[in-house]
Amino acid sequence: MLLDLDRAWGLLVAALPEVVLTVWAMGLLLHAAWHHREPGAQRRSAILALGGIALAAAATAWLWASGARVGGMAASLAVDPFRFAVDLIVLLAAALAVLLSVDYLEREAIRIPEYYVMILFAAVGMMLLAGGEDLFVLFLGLELMSVSVYVLSGIDRRSPVGGEAALKYFLLGAFASAFLLYGIALLYGATGTTKLRLIAAQIAPLHLQGHPMLLAGLALLLVGFAFKVAAVPFHMWTPDVYDGAPTPVTGFMSTAVKAAAFAALVRVLLEGFSGVHLVWEQVIWWLAAVTMVVGNLIALAQRSVKRMLAYSSIAHAGYLLTALVAGSMAGAAAFLFYLLFYTLMTVGAFAILALKGRGGERDVLIDDLAGLAESHPWLAFGMTVCMLSLLGFPGTAGFIGKWYILITATGGGYDVLAAILVLTSVVSAGYYLPVVMAMYMKPRSHDLAHAGMLVPRLAGVTLAVMVAALLVFGFWPNAALAAARAGSHAFLPAGIPTITAPVPVGN
Amino acid sequence: MIALLASLHYARWALSALLVVPLAGALAIWPAPAPAAKRIALWVAVVEFVVSLGLWWAYDPAMPGMQVGGWLPWIPAWGIAYRVGIDGISLFMVLLTTFLMPLAVLGSWSGITRREKGYYALLLVLATGMLGVFVATDLFLFYVFWEMMLIPMYFIIGIWGGKGRLYASIKFFIYTFLGSLLMLVAILVLFFNAGRAAGGLYSFSYEHILRFATLPVSTQFWLFGAFFLAFAIKVPMVPFHTWLPDAHVEAPTAGSVILAGILLKMGTYGFLRFALPLFPAVAMQRTVSAIVVTLAVVGIIYGALVAMVQPDFKKLIAYSSVSHLGFVVLGIWALTVQSVQGALMVMINHGISTGALFFLVGMIYERRHSRLVADFGGIARVVPAYAAVLTLVSLSSIGLPGTNGFVGEFLVLLGTFRTHPVAAGIAATGVIFAAAYLLWALQRVIYYKLDKAENRSLTDLTGREWGVLVPLVVAILWLGLAPGPVLRRMEPSARQFITAVRGRPAPAVATAASPGSQRAARRPSASSDGASSGVVADAAVPEAARQASAASPSREGAAAGARTP
Repeated sequence: MLLDLDRAWGLLVAALPEVVLTVWAMGLLLHAAWHHREPGAQRRSAILALGGIALAAAATAWLWASGARVGGMAASLAVDPFRFAVDLIVLLAAALAVLLSVDYLEREAIRIPEYYVMILFAAVGMMLLAGGEDLFVLFLGLELMSVSVYVLSGIDRRSPVGGEAALKYFLLGAFASAFLLYGIALLYGATGTTKLRLIAAQIAPLHLQGHPMLLAGLALLLVGFAFKVAAVPFHMWTPDVYDGAPTPVTGFMSTAVKAAAFAALVRVLLEGFSGVHLVWEQVIWWLAAVTMVVGNLIALAQRSVKRMLAYSSIAHAGYLLTALVAGSMAGAAAFLFYLLFYTLMTVGAFAILALKGRGGERDVLIDDLAGLAESHPWLAFGMTVCMLSLLGFPGTAGFIGKWYILITATGGGYDVLAAILVLTSVVSAGYYLPVVMAMYMKPRSHDLAHAGMLVPRLAGVTLAVMVAALLVFGFWPNAALAAARAGSHAFLPAGIPTITAPVPVGN
Repeated sequence: MIALLASLHYARWALSALLVVPLAGALAIWPAPAPAAKRIALWVAVVEFVVSLGLWWAYDPAMPGMQVGGWLPWIPAWGIAYRVGIDGISLFMVLLTTFLMPLAVLGSWSGITRREKGYYALLLVLATGMLGVFVATDLFLFYVFWEMMLIPMYFIIGIWGGKGRLYASIKFFIYTFLGSLLMLVAILVLFFNAGRAAGGLYSFSYEHILRFATLPVSTQFWLFGAFFLAFAIKVPMVPFHTWLPDAHVEAPTAGSVILAGILLKMGTYGFLRFALPLFPAVAMQRTVSAIVVTLAVVGIIYGALVAMVQPDFKKLIAYSSVSHLGFVVLGIWALTVQSVQGALMVMINHGISTGALFFLVGMIYERRHSRLVADFGGIARVVPAYAAVLTLVSLSSIGLPGTNGFVGEFLVLLGTFRTHPVAAGIAATGVIFAAAYLLWALQRVIYYKLDKAENRSLTDLTGREWGVLVPLVVAILWLGLAPGPVLRRMEPSARQFITAVRGRPAPAVATAASPGSQRAARRPSASSDGASSGVVADAAVPEAARQASAASPSREGAAAGARTP
């Protein structure tokens, strides 16, 4: 299906998932405003939010299946499998966040139905980030996402740490946005456009490969993104924010927010700046190496589970950056694959943590999980699978993902970076295994240590499906691999843009 | 027997059945009531052993290559498939594993009282992992199995172990994990190199990589280092051995038996299967070879000396493993037919003798709740049968002629003497040290005065314990008196291993053609590079086999001559 984005109809179809979700979110906002104090409002909002997510996912899947693509001039919204793949991952993360929040919010007595509206708006922003081919669309998406997530992280108004998290996130996020915006301005100055494909097309004819303004713009852009994906040394906000936010929100932030920002970074680098790969390759190499080393080492020193997971998510940002270094399609495919299962395993771990804790779960230490296997064998099993998957252990999808990243790294000739990745993975065994060890090998502190841990049916079923997916795709990853490869075809070398010819985007 | 197996299409399903049955058993334990768990595990392990026995006949010693295979597509996009097969090296590792598994289950019968279901299920999963390592002929599959056995062992040590189990289990895990992950990167580099050399035909198949991988020596050096580290940690060779005493001492009896009996062999198996054939130029380089041989000899002597001063009987046996495995590494690097066969024999013998020793220590620990040598003395009068078996097993571990231990170490020393006389000379003293530490400990445990009151009421071996020990004793005597059939089956593979390592030219020559050159142009040159291991080696098989059969009587005669006391 060939879409012409210069016409309203074409644009509407191309942006259908975003449009559906935005309209739905506004409707939900009205619903929440009218039925604010009704007892069932919150649960109903959750169900409605899930409905909106399902509709948006259906629209995305339809666009992907119908082989939609753009003809004509360089557009500001990408219509390619990469966007659809990331959209689906984002929607999955949003759906998981909603599913796991329902009982959590009731338990923690957070009665704010707008919570779900914020998740939907954040998802819209993320989808724009994943699809933006114009730096301004990217910026728009980034802000929409960020503002919604600022609100979400401080949604528990009675919690001082929640407020601190929100404020910190807001200040540093605004800072990062400023960097990004300034970078965009410089890039516009250098190339005279903000459309990624046009920028790519300008670089070679205008001899911009070493142009200081272009490089400075790119550098600022990278700083902005590095803030958002929490790459070292721009990660300082992460532990406090992840720690202070309600746990389902933390899960959402560490997966979907990261996924969307990463997807935008991938698109910017592969589509707009593949001509200066040699320049950013070094930067990303070092970012990846430092992020893996620092993230893993600091995580090793954490005793609180939530903080440990926060640092571990920094380490995983390093692994994702490793997939990017080669600037290849295989890298994009590895990125998509890893992102999908990283979402499942991280949300899974946070969800189990949320079941254990009370009042933000900041105080759950690794040792507090001692003996969980005796009282809650299934939860312990699920947590073990998540931990092993995060560790990248064979038999779990996390291993296949890591393997995919390693393949792209060694295939691109980055053997040293691959070695750093595996060595830091060994370090990560030092903090993932103690969780397993506590659950299985240490006795309960007292018989009723886990008595208060009830598993609501909704969360239980969601968790079971996630864990099963991690195991099934760990043994039989072919379907997901094919999807990831299809998603990466957006960056086919033939798709590198010229202004004159229509852009062929295969699927 | 061969006809019977052929009529059952045994070769088609045997290896896959060996891998699937324990997993099915582990799943069957899940819904079963707790007391039935050990019965299920025992049955599964016995079935495994019976199925694996067929391999003895199904394996054709005239062909040194991979046999009794199996193939299924797995992840075609990456050239990964389920590929299995055995040769004369893995055959005995598989048999050793299936032989020890029922004994390990039987040996845990009364020792494991908590969370039995989990224990026996993990034991069975462990069996699949170990067998998988030995039969995998796809590097990805190998890696998956290599890691897979880590988790059950981690839990077995960590949940059912002794006092220091948490520390021991995580140390065991991280040591192994460190080595294996670096190996993973090396595997990937090999994969890409072989794929490019094969003209874009990417595959993780062992034979494919062996045939096409042509790396410059400088890169090979790093890759060899990664493989070597993974295997040297597992063996363990001396500077990497510190996880072993912890893990062995803290593990429950069956855990120690499996650790010593099978897991350690994975390291030396890895040397035989991967590290040397893939990187012969580096492995046989003078400095590298000198370092490895030195480490092996140091391990032999150091292990023995440290064992001598251990107050804890279990720790003594653990350190004796370091010493025994030193012989294996020495035999492999000496690269003569006798030494490699000897190394294989030591691998089997060590599994049997040390396994038996760990069982014996476990039995006395269950009665007395102490493993300290000093807590015993004179117990031969109270438990004569136990003392007799302990003596016999100790003698076999020392390497007394007539027991299995003798054959292996003798062959290693004999073979090594031809290429590394000094190392062989020093290693020979290790045998004396072994006699010293074991006999001394034996003396203090079963002889001397019966001066401790607690020891007067010890009970002798029960029927179940006899059931564990009798097969081991039979194996000790059988391998000691008539090792011929075993050696005959190993020989072609040992020879092929030596040809593969010796015969491969230094690949600096092979890098002349650029990786991007045409497939048609690349193919013939690649196959001639890999001549000894690839196409031509297959043609040379009958030749090698004939030489082998001509040479074997005289050598066996020599062994027999030396065997008579």
